[in-house]
Amino acid sequence: MQESPTESTEKIVRLVKEKAREIRVNVIQMTSKAGSGHPGGSLSSADILSTLYFGGVLNVKPDEPLWPDRDRFILSKGHAAPALYAVLAEKGFFSKDLLPTLRQLGSPLQGHPDCRKVPGVEVSTGSLGQGLSMGVGMALSGKLDSKEYRVWVLLGDGECQEGQVWEAAMAGHHYGLDNLVAIVDHNHLQIDGRIEDVMCPEPLSEKFEAFGWNVLSADGHNPIDLLNAFGKARMTKGRPSVVIAETVKGKGVSFMENKKEWHGKAPSPQEAAKAIEELMSREI
Amino acid sequence: MSEVSEMKATRDAYGETLVELGKENPDICVLDADLSSSTKTSEFARAFPERFFNVGIAEANMMGIAAGLARSGKIPFVSTFAVFASGRAYDQVRQSIAYPGFNVKIVASHGGLTVGPDGASHQALEDIALMRVIPGMVVIVPCDARETHLAVRAAAAYEGPVYIRLGREKVSPILKPNHSFEIGKGTVLWPQLSEGSIDDLIERKPRSNPDKALFDVCFVACGVTVLPALQAAQTLEDEGISCLLIDMACVKPIDVELLRKAAACSRMIITCEEHNIIGGLGSAVCETLSRIHPMPVMRLGVNDEFGQSGSAKELMQAYGLTAEKFCEEARAFLRT
Repeated sequence: MQESPTESTEKIVRLVKEKAREIRVNVIQMTSKAGSGHPGGSLSSADILSTLYFGGVLNVKPDEPLWPDRDRFILSKGHAAPALYAVLAEKGFFSKDLLPTLRQLGSPLQGHPDCRKVPGVEVSTGSLGQGLSMGVGMALSGKLDSKEYRVWVLLGDGECQEGQVWEAAMAGHHYGLDNLVAIVDHNHLQIDGRIEDVMCPEPLSEKFEAFGWNVLSADGHNPIDLLNAFGKARMTKGRPSVVIAETVKGKGVSFMENKKEWHGKAPSPQEAAKAIEELMSREI
Repeated sequence: MSEVSEMKATRDAYGETLVELGKENPDICVLDADLSSSTKTSEFARAFPERFFNVGIAEANMMGIAAGLARSGKIPFVSTFAVFASGRAYDQVRQSIAYPGFNVKIVASHGGLTVGPDGASHQALEDIALMRVIPGMVVIVPCDARETHLAVRAAAAYEGPVYIRLGREKVSPILKPNHSFEIGKGTVLWPQLSEGSIDDLIERKPRSNPDKALFDVCFVACGVTVLPALQAAQTLEDEGISCLLIDMACVKPIDVELLRKAAACSRMIITCEEHNIIGGLGSAVCETLSRIHPMPVMRLGVNDEFGQSGSAKELMQAYGLTAEKFCEEARAFLRT
């Protein structure tokens, strides 16, 4: 018997949620083992990453990472590397056995993503503000070659303080790149505090709108909401889209949520155990 | 490329070569940041408008876009003034292009003092240093139109990031029509050789006194200082001071073997460059020789200061980048 669309959506959402939990558990384990790293922004982006990779959004081949027709995903906020590694391993780009080697000497899993070392990592990031420009280049290339692929770029909201983001936004609109989608992980916190207090980048929606982008918003922890927004982005012609995804920094671990201190601090073994217990006890 | 028999700017040779490359390879694309008429990428823009991207006055973004194009299999040539390519967009060159090893060619015009009246803000005197310290970056400073043509073609054929520094002013043709260019190789320009190999030279030159070095002075130059260095070598030779001149257009990777041989048969080395004496060709030569053949090296260039407005000729004179000055320095050193 054929599944009804609702049943199939429910299945997808369940899978996305399960994988998001898996990503979060891995983020905690990896950063705790490494003794450093960025759990806060990794946790805030876990549902977005899970939706992209397990919600049927990205067309990728784990056994052929450089497949020419692949959809491109750029983690411009490179410090969320643990979440990216977790989702790539979960997707089968490389063995999960590698995850505990995060940040260790000789490991391909560098503190920030290195595309020369890790299959599935599209570009090397870490110096904020540069991913959207690279996305523009890939989207242009797709247009030049009449390729169907789409380019997805995940930005941090604090990252939008970098001027280069807006240079790229200008170019994305100028070239009419409807094969380019930016997602802003809008968790409202950066290392030194609330983004509004440090250097207010708001209103982000209006800014992108003024730059000619199709602006969408979504609950960044709700797969259905994200899938809807991504679907609308896909249908938009003639200009790039941005999804402002409302998120909570540290999402899923109560003592990390909305705490700037957890931007770049690893949990102790005890904290990690507590965090994982909480994550596992939650209903999907 | 059209025959080079008269004065021609290296940037003009670049513009022509780009069009050639564009015809040969559909993956060649060109980016500029609102300076296409100066960098001469405008020639390519006319020929292949669909593969030319003027990104406006946004050099950082331009480097990122080039990185993205390269990741998708294109061979992007990126041009702006040297001061912006190397300075303004340094982090993007480092992080988005060089660290992932993307196949981007940064061809920067208006390098050095000879930018002239625009003054210090536009005179890149640090670009060779900045680009040279980036792991994996090839750095080339051609001396004339012919060498530019060859270097740009070599860069297109090479897989990986390359920085080429060009100049604004017209320059005299120096290299012979049969000149060849290879990444990682320098060329002996004086004494004039039939084969161009230093080995022939060492063999051919009679060695009456085995303790005496074959050459009193070995000049190592790149870019616009090659011509005055050649003139200096000719003048000194007339005075009985034997000279060797190496055109070290490829500053990185530097031709270690050629330097080893040159050092072994010379009393001293003089490096000449239109660049800060810190970090450029002189430093590259010293770094190499200190390891393989420690010996006296004099670095001539801009002495750790910013430039100023003036004509190209006036500036070269004011900062001591002339044949007369090179001769003076060589004589003074040999007297000590």
